[in-house]
Amino acid sequence: MSTIEDDDEAPSRPWRDTLVRLMHHRLFVTGLVLFGIVLIAGLAAPWAAGVDPSKIGMRTRFKPPSADFLFGTDNLGRSLWSRTLWGAQLSMIIGVSVVALNAVFGTIIGALAGYVRLLDKLIMGLNDAMMAFPAVLLAIGITAALGSSVLNVIIALSIVYIPRTARIVRASVIVLREMEYVQAAVAAGAGHWRILSRHIMPNALAPLIVQLSFLFAYAVLTEATLSFLGLGAVPPTPTWGNIMADGRQYLTDAPWIITIPGVALMLTVLGLNLLGDGLRDVLDPRLRIQP
Amino acid sequence: MIGVVVARLLGAIPTLLLVSLITFAILHLIPGDPAVVMAGLSATPQDVAQIRSDLGLDQPLLGQLVHWYAGLLHGNLGRSLLLGQDVLEAILQRLPVTLSLSLYGLVLTLLIGVAGGVLAALKQNTIVDQAAMIGAMIGISMPSFFFAPLMVLVFAVHFGWLPSGGYVNFIDSPLGWLRAATLPAVSLALLQVGLLARITRSTMLEVLRQDYVRTARAKGLSGMSVVGKHALANAMIPITTVVGIAISLLLSGSVVIETIFSVPGIGQLLTQAVLNRDYPLVQGGLLVLTTVLVLVNIAVDVAYAAMDPRVRLGG
Repeated sequence: MSTIEDDDEAPSRPWRDTLVRLMHHRLFVTGLVLFGIVLIAGLAAPWAAGVDPSKIGMRTRFKPPSADFLFGTDNLGRSLWSRTLWGAQLSMIIGVSVVALNAVFGTIIGALAGYVRLLDKLIMGLNDAMMAFPAVLLAIGITAALGSSVLNVIIALSIVYIPRTARIVRASVIVLREMEYVQAAVAAGAGHWRILSRHIMPNALAPLIVQLSFLFAYAVLTEATLSFLGLGAVPPTPTWGNIMADGRQYLTDAPWIITIPGVALMLTVLGLNLLGDGLRDVLDPRLRIQP
Repeated sequence: MIGVVVARLLGAIPTLLLVSLITFAILHLIPGDPAVVMAGLSATPQDVAQIRSDLGLDQPLLGQLVHWYAGLLHGNLGRSLLLGQDVLEAILQRLPVTLSLSLYGLVLTLLIGVAGGVLAALKQNTIVDQAAMIGAMIGISMPSFFFAPLMVLVFAVHFGWLPSGGYVNFIDSPLGWLRAATLPAVSLALLQVGLLARITRSTMLEVLRQDYVRTARAKGLSGMSVVGKHALANAMIPITTVVGIAISLLLSGSVVIETIFSVPGIGQLLTQAVLNRDYPLVQGGLLVLTTVLVLVNIAVDVAYAAMDPRVRLGG
């Protein structure tokens, strides 16, 4: 029995090799740590937040950070520690949802456009039109129509970014479609589904993964922009954006209100950008910086 | 060259048609009756009926579409309820403000972004390079609505050098414009500066490795001449393509920045329109800014063709 195993060549472990290279990429690890902190903060919010993020306290208004209030309080005496943690959770929910929807629909649409020549012109024409809009403006327009809610923000951000993801998937599929090993699979009689799922998509994953990590950053940032403008989740739901909008009015007297969620947001986006850069360096060094 | 311009303009027509169709569709994403939503709580049935007929919502969908495109052909984007003014007129009044701010932002982006990227590439793996790239990374990751209030705190509140908001027309007072527009333009440019510095650095590093740069060095040209005439001139081609992206980001950013600094441009108008459910104004703002962007991208393409003979002759 063991002879069969002995006959095997040394198993190639592409995933493990990639992981080892990523773990040696200093900036990737820095990004992973930053992102991990925010992710854990979001997951732990129900236990770690302590007080209700919407609990108003007229006697605790404008308290700077102290032992009682780790991050201080806002104009209504609400705990910023609690609000920032719940805001982290909301950012993570939005980021994960938008990334998941993009992974599914971006892949389907991109693969269809890249693989089915008849659909390519049609899909890419629509894609180009969607991408002609400045991203944040389109997100604002769609959210304005759908109405303010977390779900609607997720829908709006997905509509805005799926064409961008689809474009990247399509680009990989078009190149891979013409590869000799794919032609060989066609000649061997493999069906379309098998060719796409077994031969093309696994090799199109690298640029997709890179894109999705940057997309997470845009989703978090754009959601914060929408709620900063008063278009995101409805108050009193705490989001980093709406805490910052409140804080802007008390900039000189209580600068911590805007600074704390601002720094949290910046570190999250920084972490994700570093993560994306690291993934690009390791997985797909040909890719350049893309917004 | 004229051929390139014509081809690009013709190529943009389907995109613009679809862009206007998508803008039209936004009104139909509104759950329920758009006319009721727009009229607000205190509206009378007459108000609702008025809005419905103004927007053509009383017609079947195809009729609405005809109404929309007929309006576009006549430069009629509807009436703004908020301003009691023609939408296109309101937008065109504010467009110069947004464009002047974006242009200022673009100049800052190009100056600082390219200089930073070139410097980092020339001093690769030194402390200068690292500082520039850390700065660029922070620029990319810093939300403009966090950076802008910090700038206000430092330069307006603390030092009192620049106003914390408001706007002065360039024609009325160039100096006043410069003072009022500087903080908004810097806040607006931050992201693109970071982006451009990174792209310039990687492009320059690639170009500096090319044979013709080595040849230029070997024949004894000075460092400045090699960098300026040989390397940067070639690196400018990929850099040009980023300009289109930068302008897209500048126009997107104008919404937040104009709101923060109370600049009376399209960005601020759009925020007010959205918060007041003034959908014709939202649609108009989106359509005009996107059209501006499409035209800018054509201009960038043409510039690209002018700079790179391979594109000019091949295309």
